[in-house]
Amino acid sequence: MKFLAKIIVSLKEGVLDPQGVTIGRALTDLGFDSVARVGTGKIFSLEIDAESDVRAREIASDAAAKLLANPVIERFDIEVAR
Amino acid sequence: MKIGIVVFPGSNCDYDAYQAFKLIEGVEVNYLWHGSDNLNSSDIIVLPGGFSYGDYLRSGSIARFSRIMKKVVDFANGGGYVIGICNGFQILLESGLLPGAMMKNSNLRFVCREVVLRVENNNTRFTSAASVGQLLRMPVAHGEGNYYADPGVISELELSGRVIFRYVNPDGVVTAQANPNGSINSIAGIINERGNVMGMMPHPERACELILGSADGLNIVKSLCETTT
Repeated sequence: MKFLAKIIVSLKEGVLDPQGVTIGRALTDLGFDSVARVGTGKIFSLEIDAESDVRAREIASDAAAKLLANPVIERFDIEVAR
Repeated sequence: MKIGIVVFPGSNCDYDAYQAFKLIEGVEVNYLWHGSDNLNSSDIIVLPGGFSYGDYLRSGSIARFSRIMKKVVDFANGGGYVIGICNGFQILLESGLLPGAMMKNSNLRFVCREVVLRVENNNTRFTSAASVGQLLRMPVAHGEGNYYADPGVISELELSGRVIFRYVNPDGVVTAQANPNGSINSIAGIINERGNVMGMMPHPERACELILGSADGLNIVKSLCETTT
């Protein structure tokens, strides 16, 4: 079966995000006073052939841990759909 | 003495490194192709600067999986000397040979200018020709040189003398202004615990002849080529 895994990579809590800070400042300038903080990240979409969604999630998680995210500074979340 | 310079798709300081090591008499310099698994019995491996694999995903993250890097990791784990410069440093971090990671420069700009480095430790194979506190002028050219590691790793590096270079002002003082990228503690170069793998963001190989503005980089090239150490 084909699954679509979305891997969302974001910076770990406590790691300074210079892009997020700069975007946050621009939003403040535009009048978005209610936006307190901006975080940036990356999204990867993986089309995966697997026997179950559990297995697809495992594969996506393995790929994220080995290559897509750098565990020193980043964390990742995975969403799997058919 | 045989120096092996790894050439990745997107390396652009490989030729500068070649020229720099060629300045030392009796040194044989060879290029090592990323797709090869032969280190050509090199005594020292150089991972040069550039934009390996277009810096896609994260700087150095793809180069880490190239065929030759498996050999380089084995070589380093066996005690072989490896120096990573700029993108080479990023590759050493991604491959786990050195701790920490590189973030985007804190000002979000690609920084290309001369910096002043202070030698923090000369008791290494990479800095033996320099003295502690010596100031070295050489260029930096990077967008992701903002060194980050968790506080435990930073204090371990600091306490064990593994911070080799720091960005300082022309008087040799650490200041926020002299730090081109926002690196923690103005760290410009670190070494592994065993003392055989060093990474640095500035480019010694681009500062080995006075006609290029500085020959201070020779301190590192000469240190590496001294066979007595």
